[in-house]
Amino acid sequence: MGVSRRDALRLGLGTAALGVLSACALDTSGAPGGVGSGGLVFYSTQLSTTEEAESVRRQILAGFGQQVQFVSDSSGTKLFDRVRAEAQAGTSNLALVGALQGEFATLWKEGLLRDMTDVVESLGDRGFTSRYLDLARFDGRYAFVPWISASYIMAARREALEFLPAGADLQALTYAQLLDWTRAIQQATGSARFGLPAGENGLLKRFLQGYAYPSFTGGVNTTFASPEAVGMWEWLRQIWDTANPQSVTYGFMQEPLLTGEVWVAWDHAVRLVDALQTRPDDIVSFPAPTGPRGLGYLPVLGGLSIPKAVADPQPSIDLIRHLTDPARVSTTLRTVAWFPPQDLAAIPGGLPPGVGQEAETLQRMVGTPGAVASSLAVGLGGQSGAYDKVFTDTFRGIVLDAGDVRGTLATQAAALQGVLDTAQARCWAPDPLGEGVCRVG
Amino acid sequence: MRRVLSYGAAVLLAGWILVPIWFVVVGAFSTADSVYSYPLAAWPDWSLESMRFFVTSAGVPQALLSSVVVALLTGVLTLLLAAPAGYALARFVFPGASAYRLTVLATRAFPVVVLSIPLAVFFLQWGIYDTVWGVAFMHTALALPFVVLMVAGVFAGVPVDIEEAAQIFGCSRVGAFRRAVVPNAAPGLAAAGTFAVLLSYNEVFAASILTLQEPTLPVFVLTGLTQAPLPFRYAGALFLLAPAFLFILLIRKRLIGVGGPTLR
Amino acid sequence: MSVRRSLPYLLLVPSVAYLLIFFASPMVQAVGLAFTSTTGEWGLSSLAAMMSDDRFWPAVWTTVILLVVLLPIQLALALAMSMIVTGRLRGKGFWLYVFLLPLGVSELGAGILWYSIFVEQGWLNTVLQAVGIVDRPVLWLDYREPWRVIGTIVVAEAWRSTSLLVIILVGGLRAIPRDYLEAADVFHAGPWQRMRHVVLPMLRPTIRTALIVRVVLAFEVFATVIALGGTATDTLATQANRAYTEFQDAHLASAYGLAILVVSLVAVGIVLAALPTHKERGE
Repeated sequence: MGVSRRDALRLGLGTAALGVLSACALDTSGAPGGVGSGGLVFYSTQLSTTEEAESVRRQILAGFGQQVQFVSDSSGTKLFDRVRAEAQAGTSNLALVGALQGEFATLWKEGLLRDMTDVVESLGDRGFTSRYLDLARFDGRYAFVPWISASYIMAARREALEFLPAGADLQALTYAQLLDWTRAIQQATGSARFGLPAGENGLLKRFLQGYAYPSFTGGVNTTFASPEAVGMWEWLRQIWDTANPQSVTYGFMQEPLLTGEVWVAWDHAVRLVDALQTRPDDIVSFPAPTGPRGLGYLPVLGGLSIPKAVADPQPSIDLIRHLTDPARVSTTLRTVAWFPPQDLAAIPGGLPPGVGQEAETLQRMVGTPGAVASSLAVGLGGQSGAYDKVFTDTFRGIVLDAGDVRGTLATQAAALQGVLDTAQARCWAPDPLGEGVCRVG
Repeated sequence: MRRVLSYGAAVLLAGWILVPIWFVVVGAFSTADSVYSYPLAAWPDWSLESMRFFVTSAGVPQALLSSVVVALLTGVLTLLLAAPAGYALARFVFPGASAYRLTVLATRAFPVVVLSIPLAVFFLQWGIYDTVWGVAFMHTALALPFVVLMVAGVFAGVPVDIEEAAQIFGCSRVGAFRRAVVPNAAPGLAAAGTFAVLLSYNEVFAASILTLQEPTLPVFVLTGLTQAPLPFRYAGALFLLAPAFLFILLIRKRLIGVGGPTLR
Repeated sequence: MSVRRSLPYLLLVPSVAYLLIFFASPMVQAVGLAFTSTTGEWGLSSLAAMMSDDRFWPAVWTTVILLVVLLPIQLALALAMSMIVTGRLRGKGFWLYVFLLPLGVSELGAGILWYSIFVEQGWLNTVLQAVGIVDRPVLWLDYREPWRVIGTIVVAEAWRSTSLLVIILVGGLRAIPRDYLEAADVFHAGPWQRMRHVVLPMLRPTIRTALIVRVVLAFEVFATVIALGGTATDTLATQANRAYTEFQDAHLASAYGLAILVVSLVAVGIVLAALPTHKERGE
């Protein structure tokens, strides 16, 4: 007869009972850094992959006196939503926030962060490099404590190396040589084996903003539609022809590198490290190329901060001390391959092979004469999404849809100026710093 | 001959469903090396390294319990709310029935993404943020429009004569409902409830906004999974699938019903 | 007497109240967002921005194509599956279980799964090469061949979301009293005639429900599209999602939400018009 009334009743009561019981039972805490109520909540947009989160819970947070819940979700938007919602509702469940410099800039502008100057000053013994400290300062006050850093590099499979153009040094390529290289691979194998993270979660926009533009034009906003920029886009179009079309689905380049669908790739160091660790003999990392105006690169800085709504910040401050002490820093580097915002040369030897390769590559890249460090956009506040959209749209118009370069640049330049005007943002590196709203060139 | 064709069709359709799932099993139980090689092997190496990572990850058992409880709560709540509405739509002609149908559906046509901040604030203020009840309420709201329509369809499929016959024999209206309609509609109702349960179990977006320390399993696993290395994606996917498959196994008898409805 | 007339309305109260509590305020706010610009002024600028984006019309087009192609395929598959499950074959429990399995797969999970099938070094190419149909891997996810990509999305979605239709149709088929079917047999009706004259007409309300549910759900699908099509394929849902999560533009996202709402209602209206309700049985 199907479900009898009694069965339905039993199911209903049983479920309700489960509901009540679990609401109580789930109060019991799990392992330190596990899931369950109680303890401090450490919410981070970084270290959100399953493995990284596990490392944080089991190793990096180990040894801290109190219980900590590590919650991570890479979406910056969700972080903003949460902090805003909590501020609006007048509660604060989040005790500590880990995020990127750009994300903190947005929160700072909305007045949602505690002034961290006292904490940073008390951590003078940690030896943060001044470059990173500068990035942590907004309006003269520290918005966060520098915590982890990385940058974007390139990696290649060994089978690709035989196709390097004559006279090219893998550790010191130019953009032109890179193009010759990937073309040679395509001709020899019949397959397009270059790869860029042009997928939904991919960081192609950072390539455009922090690598391609500075290396070709010496600037980003002020040279957006310049003749050098036209040259850069034409180069990009040509190398895209040698790229695996599945690039529009790639968010993390380590995977296609490991499966062999891609032989030469550019991506965030953290998104390549798995390939380097898994096949240290088959995959090598190397610095990003040099362009006509030098080697443009983008250092990435992650930090720790406390929402303004937190009533008692002391436990959070203790957690910050714990996370930035030398032992924890070393563990962080070893387990999740994020570098400390301290002097790279001070990193002790004895790193696992993948991380070790990346450390070398990063040092080489940063130390190249003519290296130009860009900054992530600062001062855009809520417009940072719109800012990125301009670059993504330009890429789509020029490269994916094969549109007219100059025309697309002109239209997008207007959009870009609109974004900068709305945000009232001043220029930032690699553009010349100055007063007044940044003008698009 | 017809029989052969029917069996053939059944086998083909079943194969079409099962083969991709087999791929997940192979991937989940293979070493990383096998997963990254090409051509892929059709048989797993029976390595437990990826699965072990998930099963022993800190916080997984609690997240699993959360998911199960939320899903069951959602199923029950949704049916309780949908049954009266479905009955009304099926048995009565009244002005506003179409308007009701469309409005109720309209709540689902709006992407949940966009409703997130107002909902989070609302839940925080009501104190149901980060609780199983909170997520269950949200999932019920998400499933309700569909379950109402499904239940209405189920009740409409049960001929009125049955109810009228029961009333002729002395049942009250409610009694007729209980004794005549419900048993016939039971498989359909179970189906609608199953839909609500599984929708809740798999729902990740609203759940991720409404939980912090008490995530459901999809929130816990999926938010990190899209960026995890390939072997972990297989293992994570299988890990997520297993409870759902178990549930469907348990509930399928209810969906078939024993013998089917009869008039007497 | 007034109790009787108000009975249907009373029965609707629980669900209406519930949805009002949860959705009314957020939806009003969201719609408000769609009608304000990013700088806070009232007007159609967000809607205009949405429509002048060069991805808007391709997104609409892709959304419609996916729906139009998928719906008949899914309906046919679901009918076949539900007939098998309610028919006279042995092992009904097994078939039902298998056909319902995709319900246990979340959208994100299905996206990951089908990506691993269609990717260049994936399962499909492995099988095709092993059997000898191709001698080198085929790029199924090549955005330069849009129909190919749409094909992969159709396959993935047909696999993932047909089970729901099966549930609805089985529920409807099960509710057909056996006497009607037996009557058909008494008159020596063949399977096709039974289908046409007994089953399908009685199944009509159920089919209508199934189509409506499927149509509304179809518009919110974006995980499979993103997984297989990447950033080169857009539907209204992926654009809404992208507007919110990547560009942090709640106004644009709400505008897309409104567009999805309108298109869904139109589609549902078409289904309702194509399969009109008979006068509902009852008082």
